[in-house]
Amino acid sequence: MSKQFQFKLVLLGESAVGKSSLVLRFVKDQFDDYRESTIGAAFLTQTVTLEDQTTVKFEIWDTAGQERYKSLAPMYYRNANCAVVVYDITQSTSLEKAKSWIRELQRQADPNIVIALCGNKLDLAARRQVSQEEAKKYAEEEGLMWGETSAKTGEGVSDIFTSIAKKLPLTAPPSARAGARAGPARTGVDLNKQAAAGQGQGEQCNC
Amino acid sequence: MDRNDYYGGDSASLNLTQLYRKFRPDQAVPQDLGRDRDYAVDLIPKFIIASGELTRILVHTDVTRYLEFKQIAGSFVYRDGKISKVPSTEMEAVKSPLMGLFEKRRAKKFFEFLQNWKDEDPATHQGIDLDKDTMAQVYEKFGLEPGTQDFIGHAMALYLDDDYKKGIARPTYERIVLYTSSMARYGKSPYIYPLYGLGELPQAFARLSAIYGGTYMLDKPIDEIVTDADGKFVGVRSGNETVKAKQVVGDPSYFGAGKSAEGGKVRVVEEGKVVRAICFLKHPIPGTDDADSAQIIIPQNQVGRRNDIYIACVSSTHNVCAKDVYVAIVSTIVETDRPEQELAPGLQLLGPIHDKFVSVSSLYTPTSGGEADNIFITRSYDATSHFETVVEDVQNVWKRMNGKDLVLKKREVNVEA
Ligand SMILES: Cc1cc2nc3c(=O)[nH]c(=O)nc-3n(C[C@H](O)[C@H](O)[C@H](O)COP(=O)(O)OP(=O)(O)OC[C@H]3O[C@@H](n4cnc5c(N)ncnc54)[C@H](O)[C@@H]3O)c2cc1C
Ligand SMILES: Nc1nc2c(ncn2[C@@H]2O[C@H](COP(=O)(O)OP(=O)(O)OP(=O)(O)O)[C@@H](O)[C@H]2O)c(=O)[nH]1
Ligand SMILES: [Mg+2]
Repeated sequence: MSKQFQFKLVLLGESAVGKSSLVLRFVKDQFDDYRESTIGAAFLTQTVTLEDQTTVKFEIWDTAGQERYKSLAPMYYRNANCAVVVYDITQSTSLEKAKSWIRELQRQADPNIVIALCGNKLDLAARRQVSQEEAKKYAEEEGLMWGETSAKTGEGVSDIFTSIAKKLPLTAPPSARAGARAGPARTGVDLNKQAAAGQGQGEQCNC
Repeated sequence: MDRNDYYGGDSASLNLTQLYRKFRPDQAVPQDLGRDRDYAVDLIPKFIIASGELTRILVHTDVTRYLEFKQIAGSFVYRDGKISKVPSTEMEAVKSPLMGLFEKRRAKKFFEFLQNWKDEDPATHQGIDLDKDTMAQVYEKFGLEPGTQDFIGHAMALYLDDDYKKGIARPTYERIVLYTSSMARYGKSPYIYPLYGLGELPQAFARLSAIYGGTYMLDKPIDEIVTDADGKFVGVRSGNETVKAKQVVGDPSYFGAGKSAEGGKVRVVEEGKVVRAICFLKHPIPGTDDADSAQIIIPQNQVGRRNDIYIACVSSTHNVCAKDVYVAIVSTIVETDRPEQELAPGLQLLGPIHDKFVSVSSLYTPTSGGEADNIFITRSYDATSHFETVVEDVQNVWKRMNGKDLVLKKREVNVEA
């Protein structure tokens, strides 16, 4: 039988670097030229099947703009198994911002978190401000994965998620994995199920 | 906007660094408590009633997708010097050491009466009218002893004092039914609790709100509430920026709580004080069968007080502290000028206390509803051990702001990227 894993993946990076566009490309293979700043996305899931038929399901958390005004909650990083920190290759300031997120992750997140640095908007390479050498060197120094993508053309997108899936510690028994809050690994009480049962007992709920 | 750099305001859950910064700014965090990041210590102890109003809101708004809950392992009550499990069915009442043999039979009849009650079937009423008779009369009809009334009224109906006995019986009936139905839901106690502490609740709501376009600013001082010549709300000033809005909502600390009015308008008044002791233990609370978590209620009459003493205990099972540490918070409404001593009956039940942080906080209530000046102020978190009064306040503020009741109806849009 093939093995199944579920991991929480968080996205970080300056506004407008293309975080939501990357997710949209990865999950739905779509792109939108006039994408608004993210609202409306709770989290999405997408499954990657590796060569040995192991499936890795990503529960992908987009920031919903909470990174503005320093208000990203600890809950966002909590139990994240992997993080994709995105910069825009046409904006050198966005790499600086990415570096500060990486420092924040190294301080706050689980020490075993897998971090990928991702240079997006590869289709705009003519306007490049961040060289591949510079970003790659930084990633190597910090022990990060690195790749360039274009959410617009799709180039590099599935590669980066697949490499993350391969790098995640798939050998650990499911119970030993940090995270995996959703899905069968949840051990807490199930409010939803119980509430449905409760409604039958005359609880007022017009939902 | 929040002046703190963490979510949750008064009801945040803090790590050790934040806790020490708040209570003992001049002291380093001790090394013997384990890793800082393992801690999420609630500033205000509250549990969630499994069938209560907050659970309904959590499920309805779908914030449950960000949260995970565990049961509180036991609900206990203090009687005649020791603690026992709160019985919640006639079966448990029969086994409970809280009552003598004859009292058990009377209590069994009382619980059967409550369980069988049907509004439309007078045969189940046994001559009692829940909307006319007082609770005192109902107790009298079943001949229940004062000590039994104490645990029913305080540990099940969760009243803070004895005034309820003079009122009609229905609200008490409803509260006991809420308790027993919550108990029936998960089995060990009527309470549930979010992993990583209560501070997860505001974080989850903040995330939900961000997903719908809300903007949060942490670490943002609020320097002034700006009003026009008629005293109506204009905006709030932070440094040299002023944000304008039609309405403002906030807790009393942003509206002059604890400060002298200095010619300005008095917007909140103090109603009383709560004393709370956050205690770190290195063992479970004695007499709770080594429960990883518990609520203990000490009814006021049992210790000669006017207000109950509450103990709420959680542990590493709830991801709020290091392994083998237990966090117990003892609280009550202040009645004398030596508040810490008032907690003694509760502190004594804990066994050796590794460390404790005692604080006295004032309970504030707004002086006006806010309809006239568009300034809507909530009440401080009270001494109750659960969130039901908080939810009532949220609903009440909503109504003041919008002129109609908060109705949770089915969402029409499906939110997705
Ligand atoms: C029991 C409970 C029920 C809740 N129900 C809802 C709900 O139905 N809908 C919803 O959107 N959010 C709800 N919340 C979330 C809560 O109101 C959040 O505090 C709020 O959504 C976000 O407030 P904030 O931006 O001020 O952030 P926070 O960081 O939570 O708080 C910021 C500041 O706001 C003030 N504040 C916090 N909580 C309150 C409050 N309840 N009333 C007034 N001022 C407050 C404090 O001064 C705090 O410093 C609930 C929270 C709790 C604990
Ligand atoms: N040319 C090009 N444009 C892109 C690419 N990815 C994203 N964009 C555009 O960049 C803009 C911002 O993309 P988003 O995905 O909304 O960026 P974000 O990082 O999620 O932004 P916030 O939600 O504000 O944090 C949009 O107009 C996208 O169409 C890409 O690979 N190439
Ligand atoms: Mg976005």
